Amino acid sequence: MAKEKRLILKHLDSKGYNPSITCYLKHNGYKTLKKAFSLLPLKTEDGKTLSAQEQLREEVKLSGIRGRGGAGFPTGVKWSFINHNTDKPVYLVCNCDESEPGTFKDRQIVHKDPHQLIEGMIIACYANDVHLAYIYMRGEFNLGAKIIEKALQEAREAGFLGKNILGSNFDLEIYLHRGAGAYICGEETGAICSLEGRRPYPRIKPPYFPAALGLYMCPTIVNNVETLCAVKHIIEIGATKYAKLGIPGDTGTRIVGISGLIQKPGYFEIENGKVTIGELIHDFAGGPLPGRKIKAIIPGGSSSKVFRADEKITLKTKNSDGTESIKTIDIMELPYDSNSIMAAGSMTGSGGLIIIDDSVSMVDVAANISEFYTHESCGQCTPCREGNLWMCKILRRILSGQGRRIDADELLRISHNIMGGKTVCAFGEGSTWPIESYIIKFRDEFLAMTGIAEDNRKEVWGESGINRFE
Amino acid sequence: MINKDQLQNKEEIPMIDIKIDGKAISIPKTRPHSVTGKQEPTTIIQACSIAGVDIPHFCYHPRLPVSGNCRMCLIEYGIPAIDRDRKPILNPDGTPVIRKMPRPAIACFFNDTATTEIYTNTEAVKQYRQAVLEFLLINHPLDCPICDQAGDCKLQEYVHQYGQETSRFVEDKVIKPKKRAISSKIILDNERCVLCTRCVRFTREIIGIPALGILNRGGLNQISNYPGSDFEHNYTLNAVDLCPVGALTSRDFRFRMRSWFLSETKSICPGCATGCNIIIHSRDKQIYRLKPRENDNVNSVWMCDYGRLNYKWVNAQNRLTHVFAENTDGTQVESDWLSTLKKIISVLEKTPPKTTAILVSSRLSTEEIYLISKLAKRLDAFTDSISHLGEGDSFLLNKDLTPNSKAIQIFKLASKTPGDRIAEISKNIDEGKIRNLLVFGEDPIKSGIAPGILGRLDLFVICDILVNPSSKEAQYLLPGASFAEKQGTFINAQGRVQRFGKAFSPIGDARPEYWILANILTKITQESWPLTPEGIFNKITATTPGFENMTWELLGTVGMDIVSTANTTE
Repeated sequence: MAKEKRLILKHLDSKGYNPSITCYLKHNGYKTLKKAFSLLPLKTEDGKTLSAQEQLREEVKLSGIRGRGGAGFPTGVKWSFINHNTDKPVYLVCNCDESEPGTFKDRQIVHKDPHQLIEGMIIACYANDVHLAYIYMRGEFNLGAKIIEKALQEAREAGFLGKNILGSNFDLEIYLHRGAGAYICGEETGAICSLEGRRPYPRIKPPYFPAALGLYMCPTIVNNVETLCAVKHIIEIGATKYAKLGIPGDTGTRIVGISGLIQKPGYFEIENGKVTIGELIHDFAGGPLPGRKIKAIIPGGSSSKVFRADEKITLKTKNSDGTESIKTIDIMELPYDSNSIMAAGSMTGSGGLIIIDDSVSMVDVAANISEFYTHESCGQCTPCREGNLWMCKILRRILSGQGRRIDADELLRISHNIMGGKTVCAFGEGSTWPIESYIIKFRDEFLAMTGIAEDNRKEVWGESGINRFE
Repeated sequence: MINKDQLQNKEEIPMIDIKIDGKAISIPKTRPHSVTGKQEPTTIIQACSIAGVDIPHFCYHPRLPVSGNCRMCLIEYGIPAIDRDRKPILNPDGTPVIRKMPRPAIACFFNDTATTEIYTNTEAVKQYRQAVLEFLLINHPLDCPICDQAGDCKLQEYVHQYGQETSRFVEDKVIKPKKRAISSKIILDNERCVLCTRCVRFTREIIGIPALGILNRGGLNQISNYPGSDFEHNYTLNAVDLCPVGALTSRDFRFRMRSWFLSETKSICPGCATGCNIIIHSRDKQIYRLKPRENDNVNSVWMCDYGRLNYKWVNAQNRLTHVFAENTDGTQVESDWLSTLKKIISVLEKTPPKTTAILVSSRLSTEEIYLISKLAKRLDAFTDSISHLGEGDSFLLNKDLTPNSKAIQIFKLASKTPGDRIAEISKNIDEGKIRNLLVFGEDPIKSGIAPGILGRLDLFVICDILVNPSSKEAQYLLPGASFAEKQGTFINAQGRVQRFGKAFSPIGDARPEYWILANILTKITQESWPLTPEGIFNKITATTPGFENMTWELLGTVGMDIVSTANTTE
């Protein structure tokens, strides 16, 4: 039976563990920070000298960790984009705008172990010469904000923040900034705009990559809460050891949140690629509710494409001798890691699995998700602003019993007009991938529901009633 | 759009070769930024503009910061292909293989210098445009026949050009506020708005007031002024020009005339000494609106609301439309030009030197002011002008509210402080030394000439556009032509000579002042004076320092600067 591998969540749920600094220090808190500060410049074999900061950055790069926020971009590579040879300050923004439906991992850290995040942030800031960092927290985290604010205060009082931290000559201040409750603030440039006091309109990339033109047009690192906590563990156990966790290409552990129609929803920290989707569902989350059958699995937050529970996945794998072999496996046997899920046509995203069983109509799911994305579209660019509302209205109409058989294709057409790099940010993709995949993979359900409505109208209105909405 | 002159001036900017729709063209590597003027990499839309390829767009405007939100200008592009070792892949003939990128880019913002090929008319690009137009139209009212913007509307144009014929939208449209008066000058219709945010960027970046913003989220987005604050400023009507659709309309113009009935005449705003380049929109001897015209040397593409709305006097009720002459009983009766001019000339021919005073308005054209200076010289007359000062601002509006004070100075018809000779003139009239008073476009009593003494004059002529309180005192009242009814030039405060065109012939029996003056001069000097502004202007260039390089033709539509000499700049 698959087991959890708890690094970040190690103490968090243990008995008597609380978010105070005393408790954190008792559990070896801030030891890794001291380790980071104690690093001395290192002479490499080719005669160069690596500063402590460069060593830390190198460690993170070597660890191979990929960002846990959703896009899965290698953190070390992201850090390496920062140009340290400018007059501009470098900022670090901790993205704590966890808003993706199905995702509830960051809030565990924020609520139960805030000092782990702060320690991770201080290390990341030290590694990147950052002297001012922000925690961008979603507006709905009321309690979380209080806890973080208290933790920051404790850290300041204990000398982990402020001037000359632990005698290292390193100054750092971290501020908490609370959003006003908009999903789009989780998009890194949206968060930056919001931090600047503007409407959180995502910026156009290129050229507004945060690493070059981020907060106040200065180089900025935007990292997810879980990523920053993982940084602490990378430095603690060392990159090579960390890289051995998980699989090559997606190293380390990640927190997976399982929700939906399942016996024991919850969050589990697993080694990437060492646990299959089936194990996550059956071993960790207790399997489907009694008498129900799992119909669909959303693997990485609501914006990822759906899997049918009876789907067969064809995977290409590289053998040790360099040849490729193709094997077809059941979706339940698919390992849970970025590469495998991507090969299967979806994404791990923010690590939120949503389980849908046979009691639910996929049209309902589509309508629900579309309603969410319609509300959360910032409205900056035309396709996303108008297209999402349109799709939402079509889905509402289908649910109200006024569907047309052509609606499924119409939804597909609209979603194709939104996705594919036609919008400013990835929201365009994130909001249309799910709808597209539901229609492609559960077309029969859409056709059944719209077909019944159309036939009913035909009975009442005659032939002319079929498309009386045109 | 993009000023071609500017392009040619920047010779030091390296050129790069690209292909647009298969046609090779060389474009400058950088272009000045829309607001800061700093050199920035040329964007695809700028490159296409140079190549003469039209890229449809809503949110992009050459004079505003780029926002990239309408997605109308999506294009495909190709860059040189590279292999795994990052080496370029070459065709057998040695040219690099160009690989079309899988994702589109927005032409207004995209400026990757690696881009070597731009495709603006592929099937995919057509599909992108069609999709964006469909999205914009689903919630847009389809009532063009009753929209004031029809005929002037980018959305309408693009739908005709690139859109699809039928709508597939069967849901309810979003209801948004309509007919909202966001200022005393502007009405906002949120349903017609395509949320391009040009108006928002204009207010923030160009005039520096954060008056407009966006409310709500997603499909319910709407432009609004901040609650509790009106959108009042002297430049707000530029936002109406910027609006590509019928969302912002000018209260002054809306529903007065369909735009396709209006004829357009290039002109110069007579509102102040800045001399903003404008276009007169008129029909049937009536001005309906003034719009700014691009001239980077003067007003860029903007103009102030004061100047824009300062046209109603042209068609005002109290316009002088006929010649009047004083009867023997002292009442003014309608007369004709021939007999009136004859009588005026007969007096002026015989009058001794230093017995005439001429009061000149700085609203006359340069040609007219020049002729007056010649007349004054012939008569050895006293001359003066009046200054009309306002508050001015730091953007376009000058303190001097007349368009041609510079010409008054150049032809020395008044001192540096116009109006300081009025008291002397008034005294001389009172003492009987001055027997004739000619007034062009001013009100002599309001200007400071004592009212009681005007009866002592042998000849008292007022040539003006509107009836003023002094008019009834005049022996001869001559109707002049407004700036819209004649050709001519104004010289703005910076010394730029700019031509304005004739939108329609003078109302009623009115005649351009240059015609009156040239007729009088021809008679009393026994020389032949040209009867056209062009002829007079070319006479000016022959004799006036600083004007040597100019001709009427060379002035073109954007004007020329006077070459600075001791005489003209003093």
